[in-house]
Amino acid sequence: MADAILEVFRGDRQGGKTEQYRVPVAPGMVVLDAIHYIQGHLAPDLAVRWNCKAAKCGSCSAEVNGRPRLMCKTRMDALPLDQPIKVFPMKSFPILKDLVTDVSWNYKINKKIPPFTPRPGTDWKVYQDDVDRVQEFRKCIECFLCQDVCHVLRDHDKFEQFAGPRFFVRVAGLEMHPVDGKSRAKLLRDELGIGFCNITKCCTEVCPEEIHITDNAIIPLKERVVDQFYDPVLMLVRKIRGVNEDSK
Amino acid sequence: MAGESVTVSQGHFVGTLRRDAWWTEILPAALLLGAFGIYATFRAFEGAYYTWGPYLSPFYSPLIDPQHHFWPWSPALLILAFPLGFRTTCYYYRKAYYRAYFMDPPACAVGERKRNYCGETKFPFILQNLHRYFLYAAIIVLGFLWYDAIIAFFLDGHFRVGVGSIIMLVNVVLLSTYTVSCHSLRHLVGGKIDCFSCTSMGSPRHTGWRAISILNERHMLYAWCSLISVGLTDLYIRLVAAGVLRDITIL
Repeated sequence: MADAILEVFRGDRQGGKTEQYRVPVAPGMVVLDAIHYIQGHLAPDLAVRWNCKAAKCGSCSAEVNGRPRLMCKTRMDALPLDQPIKVFPMKSFPILKDLVTDVSWNYKINKKIPPFTPRPGTDWKVYQDDVDRVQEFRKCIECFLCQDVCHVLRDHDKFEQFAGPRFFVRVAGLEMHPVDGKSRAKLLRDELGIGFCNITKCCTEVCPEEIHITDNAIIPLKERVVDQFYDPVLMLVRKIRGVNEDSK
Repeated sequence: MAGESVTVSQGHFVGTLRRDAWWTEILPAALLLGAFGIYATFRAFEGAYYTWGPYLSPFYSPLIDPQHHFWPWSPALLILAFPLGFRTTCYYYRKAYYRAYFMDPPACAVGERKRNYCGETKFPFILQNLHRYFLYAAIIVLGFLWYDAIIAFFLDGHFRVGVGSIIMLVNVVLLSTYTVSCHSLRHLVGGKIDCFSCTSMGSPRHTGWRAISILNERHMLYAWCSLISVGLTDLYIRLVAAGVLRDITIL
């Protein structure tokens, strides 16, 4: 088969440039294979984070020809070889070296989210119909491609005010759990900044696990925030009933 | 083999490393929404050619004060805010116009203007949270449109199928699929419930939520189809009412 030219970002936080490498293309090859070829034959100091090579660990996130993707799930034969294939690190996060970025900000955000909180005296018998929705969210592999592509982080740098799609998926998994008794609506509005999301669906487009992030997580959460803070009729009903803000 | 070195830059407006023609994603939406907006505005203010025989334009239904007893302007202006508000605050159309007109973002992984972005946290976009109230209004308007579609099959008290009757029926079916597949309706019917098995009426609400969820997967399709159909239905009735076209009797 033909050779491919890979144009790979080389650099660190101080800056960088791209370098081109010629790689022989083999049948079934993915971009991560090509990067490994470069590491093995052409540039042993090229830094890349990877682990399973099966699209399940979420480590090898990068931008291939400008699109956020898992390198292990991007086949070389699906890319045009007439021009160099551009491989860049995720744009939204600080570069550590070459294709490796510092995603630790995500773990700080994760700590803001109150964990699973079962209702007091809960019955632990759970029916499948009640957890169907939640199971979709459990597919997340934390590749952070949704965080990378989200323009609120990528272009507007709202890292202090906005949690990003990955954490709306996590909150959705907790909020919609049949046994969880804690409301996170106030947290969503005030600290996780769900109002910054303008539902342009890029997170859904890039998710390698094909989670319907916008339709099944973010929009339902926005609707719950509306229930709590923007629907005057429901607010009045809650006031008359004396419902506690923290409970669902 | 190490090759040439290139400086990295992709952070500016519409800057991207994408190779595909990303702008083709927003161009149809921009053109179609723009064309519909211009046509609907013209028709809303025109105040004429909105009815012929049993047909009534969807832009003018329900028809209020056509004789101008208390409202001197076009009757469409009295009711158009409700379906228009429903579409403007719709979760799908928000994506379409934020991308196509506000370039927020123009496309995924394509740079946008650096400015004080507030999303939907401040006026006017915080009003998007009122979508469910426009849904309630749209459901009422939809009831009138079903009534119009049914009486469109009767001329002078006799059953008659005209081309216009079929167009109005198709239009109201498409508008219904668009309305029923709404994200807010999905939430109100069952999405807000965490435990279907421990809620009264949980089972039917789960069934309803599942059914709406299936329709909701194609909400974008229904949004475009119904937008086009409502425009074409109005155009057909306008042309017939103005005498440009003759409504053909099929049955």
